[in-house]
Amino acid sequence: MRPLSTILDRYDVVIVGAGPAGMAAALAALGTGVERVLMVDREAEAGGILNQCIHNGFGLHYFGEELTGPEYAQRFLTDLLDHNIDIATDCYVVDISLDRVVTLMSPEIGVRQVAAGAVVLAMGARERTRGAIRIPGSRPSGVMTAGLAQKFVNQLGVMPGTRVAILGSGDIGLIMARRMKLEGMDVPGVFEIMPHANGLNRNIVQCLDDFDTPLHLSTTVVEIHGKDRVEGVTVAPVDGQLRPDMSRTRTIQCDTLLVSIGLIPENELSQRLGLRIDPATSGPVVSSTMETSRDGVFAAGNVVHIHDVVDFVSQEALLSGENAGRFVTGRRPPADNIRLSAGINVASIVPHTISSDREHTVYLRVREPLEKSWLRLGSVYEKRLRYVVPAEMVSLKVRPRFLENFHGDTLTIDILPRDEPVRDER
Amino acid sequence: MKDVIIIGGGVIGCAIARELTRYDLDVALMESEIEVGFGTSKSNSGIIHGGHHTEPGTLKGELVWAGNQRWVELAEELGFGFRRNGDLTVAFDDAEVETLEQIAHQGRDRGIPGIEMWDVDRVRREEPNLSRDIVAALHGPTAGVVNPYEACFALIECAVANGLDLHVNAPVTFISKCPDHFEIIAGGDRFRSRMVVNAAGVHAEVIARLVGLTEPVIRGRKGEEYLLDKRLAGIVSRTIFPCPTPTSKGILVIPTFDETIMVGPTAEAVEDLEDVRTSATGSETVFALARRLVPGISERDCIAEFAGVRAVTPNNDFLIGPTDVPGFVNVAGIQSPGLTAAPSIAELVVQILAEEGLNLSLRSDFRGSMPRPVHAALLSIEELAELATKDPQYAHVVCRCELVTEAEIRDAFVRGARTLDGLKFRTRAGMGRCQGGFCTSRSMNLLAEMSGQPMTEVTKRGSGSWIVREPEHVDGQVVEMT
Repeated sequence: MRPLSTILDRYDVVIVGAGPAGMAAALAALGTGVERVLMVDREAEAGGILNQCIHNGFGLHYFGEELTGPEYAQRFLTDLLDHNIDIATDCYVVDISLDRVVTLMSPEIGVRQVAAGAVVLAMGARERTRGAIRIPGSRPSGVMTAGLAQKFVNQLGVMPGTRVAILGSGDIGLIMARRMKLEGMDVPGVFEIMPHANGLNRNIVQCLDDFDTPLHLSTTVVEIHGKDRVEGVTVAPVDGQLRPDMSRTRTIQCDTLLVSIGLIPENELSQRLGLRIDPATSGPVVSSTMETSRDGVFAAGNVVHIHDVVDFVSQEALLSGENAGRFVTGRRPPADNIRLSAGINVASIVPHTISSDREHTVYLRVREPLEKSWLRLGSVYEKRLRYVVPAEMVSLKVRPRFLENFHGDTLTIDILPRDEPVRDER
Repeated sequence: MKDVIIIGGGVIGCAIARELTRYDLDVALMESEIEVGFGTSKSNSGIIHGGHHTEPGTLKGELVWAGNQRWVELAEELGFGFRRNGDLTVAFDDAEVETLEQIAHQGRDRGIPGIEMWDVDRVRREEPNLSRDIVAALHGPTAGVVNPYEACFALIECAVANGLDLHVNAPVTFISKCPDHFEIIAGGDRFRSRMVVNAAGVHAEVIARLVGLTEPVIRGRKGEEYLLDKRLAGIVSRTIFPCPTPTSKGILVIPTFDETIMVGPTAEAVEDLEDVRTSATGSETVFALARRLVPGISERDCIAEFAGVRAVTPNNDFLIGPTDVPGFVNVAGIQSPGLTAAPSIAELVVQILAEEGLNLSLRSDFRGSMPRPVHAALLSIEELAELATKDPQYAHVVCRCELVTEAEIRDAFVRGARTLDGLKFRTRAGMGRCQGGFCTSRSMNLLAEMSGQPMTEVTKRGSGSWIVREPEHVDGQVVEMT
């Protein structure tokens, strides 16, 4: 990595975060011809969480081949290092002012302020913790998030425990179930409160089924035992309202409990900037150019909404970085004229607005799984979907021709069961 | 031969230790845990009570207001945070208004200044996020908040700097009364002391039994607390009390010194004095009752929960005094408002020891003040920038949620932190919304480096609370994947 010897007082684009979103945004910004780009990251190296994801399965969509996390990150980093870019690592963004002055601190540069023509927020996400769901019981050591366990095993070469129960079927937890089995740890089971898994189907198959690790749906941890270290957890089945049935509990012996119960976009800086936040995604409301509610402040990746595949993060971030570059060079595309609204069985939509003059990729998440479904975009377009689950993002290409005869300002997206009669309004 | 051995390094033991080191004495403190303040004190809500709530005719009532007044000076001398944020006890109907008037009366009788009833308009103006059903409230301007663990650390560091002989991981298992001294075994080592102070919290009964005393009788009363995200900072600025009932102070909404919001505590009798489990019913109770006071409070903002066990005597009052065993002093049953009263309890204990025959002569070299530890999060950008030019570690962020720098972690180690919890309680690293998801491994690395041990030796809070272990060994060999 090129060390940052001198930091400028002014940059065209400052990118907060050097994970997959930040790196792709940086590349795309450089592609628009802007000259001074600064990418900042809290960790000692660029790459973000990919650096600890040593398993394969990355890059199938983006590169058309299967890579590990570090390999995927390295492709972007190698490209970036061919460009004229400043990368500040071990560097923390304290604040971004409304006029886009970014306050940074790192041992290398001290505490500094730099002015930014545009900012791309690419801070990623953090994991939900035990505290967020108030798991009853004692507070011994050995209760940790799946991501922390992944860091221990894959980067620090130490093991989180011997016999590890997992609460939540998020992808990181599933990946870790396999990883820990490979390292000789026992995984007595994965417990998921919902009636459906929260991770990708391929991870259920490859990380649990292939290793004979049981997945217990509609089951949750109702108590953690142990004074100094975890000694076990009590689990119970839950009813339709997710209330545990305390007459049917059983206790699992284990010395570790991993929690893999979801990610939360890291939007503390966004909140300081007063950005509009979508309660459905917990990320900023963004236009089709990935611009937030504040001029010149763009966002990309998990900070906007939680993705399940990194390839889509990269694609979204390319768009964000490109538009940050265009903002600085005064080549902003026409503003959006259509608002997208989440209708039946749609939990969230990104971006929040689109423009009828160009093509957009719109990402959706459903509320309930459906075997066969229809996706309906207002009355202008509909499409058959094979099956939809909340764990897998649905993407929709919205083409200008869909909107030729549409003159409204809001389009509602519904995802409906296919056995329901569907009106053909085209 | 020690002059005094204090048993128990909670806030009471720490306060007594510091008070005794003012005098020309040889004093030791025995703490069963790996660091001081790791028992009930760390779970304390941190309220410095205004003094008006405590019923008259009790030892609690005698000590609470005197204690309250000592905290400003103590925080100043010892460099920990204290904010006099005031409290508000609210009434939902006329009967409760009457109770509040009695409390106001009781406070004024005690000489507490500034207590006043606020009508509904004033309440809404001052605390706009309180329930619209509140009809009046009693304002007590003398209440405050501290970090209870910070107070313990500051008191003990000051005492140690003045010569206190501190022993951690030293549970007292044997005490024998000899004609002119006590023989004590703590943590396997043998000690002699002229006098003993029993400040062992929930374990005070067990300790007193070692010398044949039948008092104190200690019952456990558990309190669960729930900590909410800083996002809610400012939702209330004063500590909010419901109108008390004869049996309980109720569930409070507490703006902590560090701007998180704490809700709780419950009050549940427990057999096991170390039962610090939280529960689903506790959580339901706390949030339902907190929401009755402040409707904007939600489980969704919870970042952590914990519980502590209060030491309760049969008459619910403090039990402080000499015993039938000369030289053995009980300081027991120190439940709420024990933290508030701690400074005056310490002074009272010194007086009792003097009456028991301890020779008190003030030292000329006592250093009562301690340098304030740096907290980057409390500095302005300019101040932080200046520090960083002198020491770049002040620009290296370890914990991002609470903005804790490497320099602060290193300083905490120098000041005595030996565990992850010790670092956390001193610096706040790991105490924020991600609950250590990002900084745990960094803090462990630093702790391992500073103590010259591998990461596998780092614990959460000592004894069996290991965090990671070595990879699997087969026949003494590390298994290599090929």
